[in-house]
Amino acid sequence: MGDPKGFINIKRQEAGYRPVEERVNDYSEVEKHMPDDARRLQASRCMDCGVPFCHWACPVSNIMPEWQDRVYRGDWKGAYDILQETNNFPEFTGRVCPAPCEASCVVAIGDEAVTIRQNELAVIEKAYALGLVKASPPRHRTGKKVAVIGGGPAGLACGDLLNKSGHSVTLFESADGVGGYLRYGIPDFKLNKYIIDRRVNLMVEEGLIIKTGITIGKDISASAIRKEFDAVCISIGAREARDLPIPGRELKGIHQSLDYLVQQNHVVKGDTIPEDDIIRAYDKNVVVIGGGDTGSDCVGTSNRQGARSITQLELLPKPAEHRTEKEPWPLWPKVLKTSSSHEEGCERMWNVSTKKFIGEQGRIKQISAVNVEWSTGPGGNPVMNEVPGSEFTLDADLVLLAMGFIHPVHTGLMKELGLELDGRGNIRIDENCMTSADGVFSAGDSSRGASLVVHAIQDGRMAAAAIDRYLSQS
Amino acid sequence: MSNWLPKQQGLYDSSHEHDSCGIGFVAHIKGKPSHEIIERGIEVLERMEHRGAESADNKTGDGAGLLIQIPHDLYKEDIPSLPGNGLYGTGIIFLPRDSGEAEHCIAELDRIISEEGMKTIGWREVTVDNSVLGKISRASEPAMKQIFITGESLNDRTLLERKLYIIRKSIEDAIRNSSLKEKHLFYIPSLSSRTIVYKGMLMPTQVRHYYRDLQDPHMTSAVALVHSRFSTNTFPSWDLAQPFRMLAHNGEINTVKGNRFWMSARESTFDSPVFGEELKKLLPVIEPGKSDSASFDNALEMLYFNGRSIPHALMMLIPESWNEKNPIPEELKYFYEYHSTFMEPWDGPASMVFCDGRFVGGTLDRNGLRPSRYVITRDDLIVMGSEVGVQTFPPEAIVYKGRLMPGKLLLVDMEQGRIIPDEEIKRTIYTRKPYQLWVQLNRVNLEDLDVKGDVPVAMENEALHEMHLLYGYTREDIEDIITTMAETAQEPTGSMGTDTPLAVFSDKPQRLFNYFKQCFAQVTNPPIDPIREELVMTLTSYIGTQKNLLDETPEHCRMIKFKSPIFTNRNIETIRTNDNPEFRSITLPMTFPVKTAPGSMKRALDNLCISVEEKIDQGYTYIILSDRSADRDNAPIPSLLACAGIHHYLIRTKKRTRIGLIIETAEAREVMHFALLFGYGASAVNPYGAFATINDLVKKEEIKNVRHIKAEDNYIKSVNKGLLKVLSKMGTSTLRSYRGSQIFEAVGFGSELIETYFTGTESRIGGIGTVEVEREALMQHETAYFKSPSLLESQGVYQYRKDGERHAWNPETIHLLQWATRSGEYTMYKKFSDLVNSLNRKPHFIRGLFDFKPQARVPLDEVESEKNILKRLTTGAMSFGSISKETHETIAAAMNAIKGRSNSGEGGEDPERFMPHPDGTSTRSAIKQIASGRFGVTSNYLANADELQIKIAQGAKPGEGGQLPGFKVDKIIARTRHSTPGVTLISPPPHHDIYSIEDLAQLIFDLKNANPKARVSVKLVSESGVGTVAAGVAKAHADNILISGFEGGTGASPLSSIKHAGLPWELGLAETHQTLVMNDLRGRVRLQTDGQIKTGREIVIAALLGAEEFGFGTATLIVLGCVMMRKCHQNTCPVGVATQDPELRKKFTGRPEHLINYFSFMVREVREIMAELGIRKFDDLVGRRDLLSVRTIDHWKAKTIDPSPLLYVPREAAEFATYCVQDQIHKIHDVLDHTLIEQSSPALERYGRMPVQISLPINNTNRATGTMLSYEVSKRFGEEGLPDDTISCMFRGNAGQSFGAFLAKGITFRLEGDANDYLGKGLSGGRIIVVPPAGSTFAPEESIIIGNTVLYGATAGEAFIRGIAGERFAVRNSGADAVVEGTGDHCAEYMTGGRIIVLGNVGRNFAAGMSGGIAYVLDRDGVFEYFCNKGMVSLSAVREYEDQEFIIGCLEKHVKHTGSTVARDILHSWYQHLPKFIKVLPLEYKRAMDEMKLSMIDEKLARIREEEQLGVTY
Repeated sequence: MGDPKGFINIKRQEAGYRPVEERVNDYSEVEKHMPDDARRLQASRCMDCGVPFCHWACPVSNIMPEWQDRVYRGDWKGAYDILQETNNFPEFTGRVCPAPCEASCVVAIGDEAVTIRQNELAVIEKAYALGLVKASPPRHRTGKKVAVIGGGPAGLACGDLLNKSGHSVTLFESADGVGGYLRYGIPDFKLNKYIIDRRVNLMVEEGLIIKTGITIGKDISASAIRKEFDAVCISIGAREARDLPIPGRELKGIHQSLDYLVQQNHVVKGDTIPEDDIIRAYDKNVVVIGGGDTGSDCVGTSNRQGARSITQLELLPKPAEHRTEKEPWPLWPKVLKTSSSHEEGCERMWNVSTKKFIGEQGRIKQISAVNVEWSTGPGGNPVMNEVPGSEFTLDADLVLLAMGFIHPVHTGLMKELGLELDGRGNIRIDENCMTSADGVFSAGDSSRGASLVVHAIQDGRMAAAAIDRYLSQS
Repeated sequence: MSNWLPKQQGLYDSSHEHDSCGIGFVAHIKGKPSHEIIERGIEVLERMEHRGAESADNKTGDGAGLLIQIPHDLYKEDIPSLPGNGLYGTGIIFLPRDSGEAEHCIAELDRIISEEGMKTIGWREVTVDNSVLGKISRASEPAMKQIFITGESLNDRTLLERKLYIIRKSIEDAIRNSSLKEKHLFYIPSLSSRTIVYKGMLMPTQVRHYYRDLQDPHMTSAVALVHSRFSTNTFPSWDLAQPFRMLAHNGEINTVKGNRFWMSARESTFDSPVFGEELKKLLPVIEPGKSDSASFDNALEMLYFNGRSIPHALMMLIPESWNEKNPIPEELKYFYEYHSTFMEPWDGPASMVFCDGRFVGGTLDRNGLRPSRYVITRDDLIVMGSEVGVQTFPPEAIVYKGRLMPGKLLLVDMEQGRIIPDEEIKRTIYTRKPYQLWVQLNRVNLEDLDVKGDVPVAMENEALHEMHLLYGYTREDIEDIITTMAETAQEPTGSMGTDTPLAVFSDKPQRLFNYFKQCFAQVTNPPIDPIREELVMTLTSYIGTQKNLLDETPEHCRMIKFKSPIFTNRNIETIRTNDNPEFRSITLPMTFPVKTAPGSMKRALDNLCISVEEKIDQGYTYIILSDRSADRDNAPIPSLLACAGIHHYLIRTKKRTRIGLIIETAEAREVMHFALLFGYGASAVNPYGAFATINDLVKKEEIKNVRHIKAEDNYIKSVNKGLLKVLSKMGTSTLRSYRGSQIFEAVGFGSELIETYFTGTESRIGGIGTVEVEREALMQHETAYFKSPSLLESQGVYQYRKDGERHAWNPETIHLLQWATRSGEYTMYKKFSDLVNSLNRKPHFIRGLFDFKPQARVPLDEVESEKNILKRLTTGAMSFGSISKETHETIAAAMNAIKGRSNSGEGGEDPERFMPHPDGTSTRSAIKQIASGRFGVTSNYLANADELQIKIAQGAKPGEGGQLPGFKVDKIIARTRHSTPGVTLISPPPHHDIYSIEDLAQLIFDLKNANPKARVSVKLVSESGVGTVAAGVAKAHADNILISGFEGGTGASPLSSIKHAGLPWELGLAETHQTLVMNDLRGRVRLQTDGQIKTGREIVIAALLGAEEFGFGTATLIVLGCVMMRKCHQNTCPVGVATQDPELRKKFTGRPEHLINYFSFMVREVREIMAELGIRKFDDLVGRRDLLSVRTIDHWKAKTIDPSPLLYVPREAAEFATYCVQDQIHKIHDVLDHTLIEQSSPALERYGRMPVQISLPINNTNRATGTMLSYEVSKRFGEEGLPDDTISCMFRGNAGQSFGAFLAKGITFRLEGDANDYLGKGLSGGRIIVVPPAGSTFAPEESIIIGNTVLYGATAGEAFIRGIAGERFAVRNSGADAVVEGTGDHCAEYMTGGRIIVLGNVGRNFAAGMSGGIAYVLDRDGVFEYFCNKGMVSLSAVREYEDQEFIIGCLEKHVKHTGSTVARDILHSWYQHLPKFIKVLPLEYKRAMDEMKLSMIDEKLARIREEEQLGVTY
């Protein structure tokens, strides 16, 4: 370990964001990068714990103490070698991961956690800069063919590993570029799409075949895929968004957040959108319903589009600012998260239940809502009650629904394959990631339900290992 | 006769016995026989009774006896036909009690006698009175008869002796191979024309009553050599009593296993010029199944009868240390070197007395770890004994008082009628042959040999990576271990305990090394400090063909000498390519073809054995076993398996001594690996893989600023240091004696491996065979050549990794325990407990192999209360210093609240904590620990305890000392430890007052006196044989015995010790319980256990295996916030638990309630299980092995384990107590102190403090005088004590051991006479004066007056000694001032404070490890510098006025108190003497004192400035 006293002598310092005035005018990444020396000092705060809880909490099991020590020592290659062993895409997680590791960081018991996420990002960016991230195609091919359906983080991770083990992998993506939610869900100001292209290009160079714009179950039948390939991995995400079926839902100006975000991502990419389809926030009162990360991305995007006002509503109570006793260290705490987008301007309301959309000439004008209270019911389940007399209305010219995703879309591919589902509508898989159909595997949100990018990567890795075992046995 | 001992049952194994004892002799120097000598001899024995032991019946001794010259006159009365004295041989024969069998033995004996051309003159009845015997002794008493043998025309006594030797060896062999039922009773104590031995399973006082002969005034002898035995062994037997035929031994041969193997191996090269063909009758040299001392006697006899004198043979077997730090003649060094090429030392503490009828004498091992004192009187008597005062003489009768010195001989020639001094004896011997010339002409230094070509160290990247994978190198191996070693020349340090599964339970492929655990010395012999006492240690050895032991020729030393057994690539190439026909070498591959597996490895190994043998027959001298040939098709045989297998194969074929065995392997990389290879016979090892790795690391600049050659050198250095540490743990000094001594226990090896390849190694629960070993080798081979991952595994052995090795303390268990105890929710605790138990069952620990047998349950409310059971729980010994004040006090508060017991650890305790707080809570630690450093151990500390715990060993680093670096010693720690801030504190590996079991008995006795109300407990660490050690400890009257598992934690230890030393507590506890029950000792002691115990279920399993109390260390800390950072040694604990950093301490969040919750939860769980098991009282759980059953496990390796020996219930359990039912009898009711206390009552009364003066006689059986009196003082007056001289006592005579131990302030002891060991131990402010008795005519300044280890751990007070002290004067002194007129070796060792003045010569190694205090030495001859260990001190002239003032003041007091003429002369001519005084000042101490002075000046300046600012002017 580099500096045993680093965590005592050095304070946590984040790279920080660009100034609000500057960043709201563009779609470039808001987060800054630190100079190497400062980054090394941050890495020196890692205590190289006997029991590294960060590593335990990390879905992909990154071994933070090992690569942070190398960062501290300036050995970027060593750090990269270790990091890439557990994580296919540190450049994604380094940008968008909520960092469960930091919540479990031992320094965080009595101080502020090590900046693990940013340290990770620094390692991978440095590795790119130094030319360490190079295509390394497999030395020999096994002759086995695998189809990966769905090019989100799970599919990419799965395809990456299978390809590296010498299998011939074709990745099918229905959109015009791979990345899934990374590409069209997350705004550029959080994840520049160049980052995805840079990675995907390497993978292609390594022999991964990518076919975009093809929807399996529609353009090509699932059975044809099964016939052609020795194994199939379904990683189509959980794209069935939760809706809000209340009066006035049919009004214009009410959109699912993903539609909004996808569109903006296309715009940033340079695609042209037909005027009629454009969802614009400019000079509008925007109401985002749903207090999660997607909602926050809508806030950031609306600000960039010049919204007049932005209000974000959340049904649940405002979380505590700090960890409570109910969620002691090293557990992941539900605490109030203020993102860079929130800083850019937005009113946040909690304990709000939307009752009705009120329109004018078919367009949304106002929403009607009520405050709620939460109590613990029998069996310990939370029970919600409206607060009598607390009804209120809000002006709303654009409403974005960001209430999460339920499960994968059941039509098309899934219908054709007739895969068994679990209780929540996700694809049921066994301990080998295999679905009810032999040789058909699933990874990521489509079997797990909507979750973090880092979980998707890990699922993809697990599925790859399982498919590799499956192929070596057949 | 070993058959008398119970057969191996359960975990008890009779081969574990140890003994040590009191020894001595009385002789008339001019050889005049008298009955008085015998009387005196017996009296010597009786006066050392406290050094022996008695069994459960309190009447059976462990053995006692004496050796005398043949009392011809007495025998002549009974056998009138006897020829003249010296013309016949005689001896007592122990016979079977069955008369038929006895007749058979006699007939056999007669047959052999006549075959040897001798004849039996007759038999004599041996009259004995067995009514004096105890029950146990009588049960094993043999029948006895005395035989008289003579021969025709045998006037040559030497020939007669040889014949008798042949007869004895032959009959022993014949009876041993007979089918007699009672053959174990047959034994011949002695058979000689010169001497006869009377001995038995007796207490010293029984000897004279048992053997009628001894009372007969006609029985005369000029010498009586005596021995009384204190055996840890539970079943002492008649034959193991001493003396043996030539000697008596106090001590222990640590390397005896190897010595026996080597002796057996070299029998094939024996060619006796004396015995010729008859030699065969003398084999085997070593009688099987006897004690270490008996084996030594066998070896000595063999050398003696083949023509070497006893001193010569002793110098071969226990050579003194002869490296450059030892002041002995060059020729003598060559003599030792010559013999060391073909005879390894029998290593271990040894005080030997020997006698062949003409010569009588004694010697001490190189370390001098056994006391031996003698006096010579005007009428030509010499009395030597383990103690002084074993004979009383009027002062004027004494001519000289001396002591045996380390490595030196004392020899009395009763024919010449004189004492031959050591130098003269040795000169006679080393000038017999031109040894120096022989060595110079024949012995070759490895570094002087030419090398042809070189093997490059570096490997290609790919090859290196493949090699790493093939031998299972992990990232931890390379980054944490090899890098550290190559960079710092030190082994890496770690903290907390190991919590990974045993190798046999692991899912990961294991190196074969990992199945072994290091054994270590505890109680029965001391570990050595390899750093501070380097002068006795050496790794130098020789390889070549060993020649005939029974002869000496120049060619004997035709060997290659090397100083480090770690061969560089160049070294091994030198051996390989040299063209000397006498040094022919051949390399054989230790690999096996992968394709033909399974079974391939075993076949390859068996073939390898055969081809090695062929090569030996072809005349090769060096066999190099190499795994360099491993490749895609051939996997390496684990190097240890190949090495041990071939070593044992060659011992069996008796060819081992003909070659040097060199191992060339990439597998060995850490210290443990090398230690094992040498322990199993390797002559040298070339770790080419580690070297290639280092080369790569240097190239990649992972190792910075060092060139490869230096890095490699560092690495070798650190391995060598580590080896010395492993050697010294077992009390072994030389690699030559360590080699092949197998000081390891295997865990998880089945009989196939043990019998064929690791013969003689302990492995108690069975385990894997060659098939599994092969599979592990193949798994690694597959990884290397087929899976080929690009990075090495981060295996997580030392630090948790998710996919790595399992850890018992992992994120889930840690956080659940913290959550449960903080929230106070039992359900959460149950989650924790379930998780722990399911992990245990994977399996992880041995306890996971057991299930409870279902029983009829009882209602929970009928089970013993929670409150009661809580009292059985204790916390681990964690010193204030290793953990923060907050943590230490929180633990104490919690334990006091639940009436459990917290443990102070080693490091004293602030007296403020002894008083309860106003609210009734208390932070006083109930258990006060006494460890080897004795930090803060004062009379007052001891008086304020409920339990006094002697820490013999610590689970994480048994056999090692410790070190608290100066930077951690702040003001408060320094105060509680009675030391100086900023000065490093070293805890020696051994307690310097416990070198043997009788010493431990003495310390227990001291502590019992120091606090009669406190229990005394002894902390041991699990290893095989701990049961027998514990039996000894029970006999030494300990109230409690703690068996710690090796998993225990530490604040800092070398990683290899944490992981590889000691055994799981399950094994040690079960063995201890079984052994104690078998001996009916279990009822006298409480058993406690600890080591990674976490849940109620584990408590119950421990109870069922025999424990009644339980300790928690790591779990305690985790409850209080520890997250297993394993950074305790860096002082950077981020949760404020194990740190002294004030900022970090603020982060401590633990509260007593958390701990109380934890212990209550566990007890709640215990009660639930008790209810299920149908047990109401906790005591009824203890030892109920029948409630446990062994689970079926389907783990591929773990399923080979059979833990049922742990569940064995000895037959005796039906009859004897199985848990503690009675208190020990401590025999402190009649100590002298009761008189002292009574007479001191005016001083002790509350408002009294009236001065009193007492005058009493004293003798050596008055031990620990003044200790109980000090307890009374401390109890009443605390640390303060009494005003100076309030209680003034004057004693006349020979004081027993521990005179003035822990003497409190206000007490002055004046002794006219002399004193034994441990005088002023723990001196706590009192004053001790020792002067020769009035009327003495010897020169006091030349005579020894006090024993060894004086002022050990003294914290304050004064001592004035008019005379010379033994070894280790003022060892670990931290506050006393003393004047003495000369000392033995190791004076001022580990001293941390106080000042001593030595007015005469000092021995070797002065000031070793001295970090504080000052010594002033009068260096009359200008040789002091040679004798001083300057590692930590600087020497200077005495210049400062302050120093002069101190010396003069002390000398004036010395003159006043002792009348010393030496001191008077010095004072008279002070300025003549002043230049001869040398001031010994520790560097660190000097810096600390300077800093203190500076800060005082700073304070003063600040005050002046402040005053100026305030405008205050005067």
